[in-house]
Amino acid sequence: MDKDLIARGVKRCSPRQFGMWLAPWVALFVFGLYSAGLCLAKGLNQTNMDNRFVFGLWIFLDLAIIALGAGAFFTAFLLYVLKVEELRAVINSAVVIGFVCYSGAVAVLLVDVGQPLRSWFTFWYPNVHSMLTEVTFCISCYLLVLAIEYLPIVLRNRRLRDVPGFLVFEHELHKLVYVLAGVGTFLSFFHQGSLGGLYGVLRGRPFAFREGLALWPSTFFLFILSAAAVGPSFILLTTWLAEKISGKRLVRRRVFDVLARISGLLLAVYVAAKALDTLVWINRTSPEAGFPAAQYYSWRPFGTWILFAEIVLFGLVPAVMLLVPRVRARTGWLVAAAAMACFGVVLNRFVMTIQTLAVPTLSFDPFLSYYPSWQEVGTFLAVIAFGVLVYSISFRYLRLFPEEREVRQISFFTTETRRHGENPKNFSVSPCLRGE
Amino acid sequence: MNARYGMFIDIDRCTGCGACMVACAVENNIPPLPAATDRKGVTWIRVYRIGNGQRSAFVPVMCQHCGQNAPCVHVCPQQAVDVDPATGIVGQMPQRCLGCRYCMAACPYHARYFNWWDPVWPRGMEQTLNPDAAPRMRGVVEKCNFCQGRLHRAKESGGQFVPACVEACPAQAIEFVDLHQSPPPANSFRLLEKLGTDPKTYYHSKRDWVREIANAPGPGGAPGAGKENRRG
Repeated sequence: MDKDLIARGVKRCSPRQFGMWLAPWVALFVFGLYSAGLCLAKGLNQTNMDNRFVFGLWIFLDLAIIALGAGAFFTAFLLYVLKVEELRAVINSAVVIGFVCYSGAVAVLLVDVGQPLRSWFTFWYPNVHSMLTEVTFCISCYLLVLAIEYLPIVLRNRRLRDVPGFLVFEHELHKLVYVLAGVGTFLSFFHQGSLGGLYGVLRGRPFAFREGLALWPSTFFLFILSAAAVGPSFILLTTWLAEKISGKRLVRRRVFDVLARISGLLLAVYVAAKALDTLVWINRTSPEAGFPAAQYYSWRPFGTWILFAEIVLFGLVPAVMLLVPRVRARTGWLVAAAAMACFGVVLNRFVMTIQTLAVPTLSFDPFLSYYPSWQEVGTFLAVIAFGVLVYSISFRYLRLFPEEREVRQISFFTTETRRHGENPKNFSVSPCLRGE
Repeated sequence: MNARYGMFIDIDRCTGCGACMVACAVENNIPPLPAATDRKGVTWIRVYRIGNGQRSAFVPVMCQHCGQNAPCVHVCPQQAVDVDPATGIVGQMPQRCLGCRYCMAACPYHARYFNWWDPVWPRGMEQTLNPDAAPRMRGVVEKCNFCQGRLHRAKESGGQFVPACVEACPAQAIEFVDLHQSPPPANSFRLLEKLGTDPKTYYHSKRDWVREIANAPGPGGAPGAGKENRRG
């Protein structure tokens, strides 16, 4: 039964091994569901958030995974709109990662609000001036787009293809892929930006407040840019992880190279924009609100090191590493650079969420710290476990990497020809081996 | 003509007795919340103690009822917060609040409170509840509304009203005014004025060091402020 569900021409581990891989993640997921259930049943008093730290681990997690999940929209944009054909090899994986990130984020948001049953109020009484309204609309719509993009991948499963109705439906859905990529890109640009705008418009929080262009503060554009920069890095990282864990080559090296170049280029632009924004903020925006920027960094552990780490160590350094061909050519450095880029953007989301709230505004108010409760950590881990479970099951039964079979054949022939002393470059893979 | 309600608070008169906090809680049906900590409790007025190392003073801080451009109003995703053009009071509709707490993050005065627990009163105490103020449920935000129940009663009877904290203050440190009719005293100041929130609560003190601390720009900008928490 299990064997029949696995795509032709690819190898997967035994069901027993697969079950053993899933077991700890299932346990973590169940624990997380219990934690989230406690918060829903007993209220947010189960968390360590308070009247000052109104956002905590969950909002940080939401911002981080939505930024990392940007690989889905950006890969689709590059492939279907800008026709970067190499990315076809990772598009299915990117869609699953996007779906996992966004569905996890929406689930955590539902636990995080005090009255989850009133979530529809935002659609019914929308405040068009609120960045959160924009975020709510765009995230819900984009999750729907991702679900529609995920569906054809599921319907392409070997057994499901046997049902003629599914085959026709999948074929029809596939025709929409260009429209979905366009809609997804539009929605993603807006909600990534609105998530940045969420903090940038807080005039009462000069640490987060930024000047901007027309309606939008600079953080609106910085969040879009950083998400677009880090999305390809995260796709690269997850593909490499999937290769390491499964012990198989899934894509050609060329794909990694393209992802790294795009990520590096955008990251360099982001770092330049972020540095400029920080200078304007330090020298103009914050002092004009009566807050000399140096004060923000007088509270430990939030020293100036965090600014250096965000812009230079996990911004400029990985950008250079991803852009230099010699460094990029070595898988170890490539993966390290992608991981650093992802960490840099996660750090940015941490600073925007946690440091913004930790810094007091009233001159006689103290600096406060916050540690999440086990229920918050449990819910956080449930999202991670959910992501791993959905991705693992998708990887086993769906064709997340369309090139996998071809890459396998190439590596097989390369090994064989090398064994017989022939030049592997003389080989070309026939269309039937490519599965066409 | 529309009113523009606000407050004058004389810091020199405030003794920090907390009568305003108690009166406010009673008037507005704020539950006792025995499990609440200082950071999770609900108190629409918080009296801060400030000092210069030798002397102390007390600064009552409640919702400052910012102007039309109040930071909490435009961030609420479902229009649960508004500024009443007839009174200038920043209102909060708990019935529509989602509990996202974005308004709390937006408020520079930390004057908004979230209901982390279900409101429960000890047996018998529920009979003391004020019928003019609806208790709020768990999971919504609330804040000072200048005793809206009293405002409605005054409207019905055609009389005047003052919020409970003003009435309860034994030192008469808090004065409730219509700013159209009573402009603020010349040497008064507003908290975080540079942020441009246009608050309608004015503070006054003749002591230089009090003005310096209460009106200091920036976080912990006041000498000695939050010293115990500030390191490095």
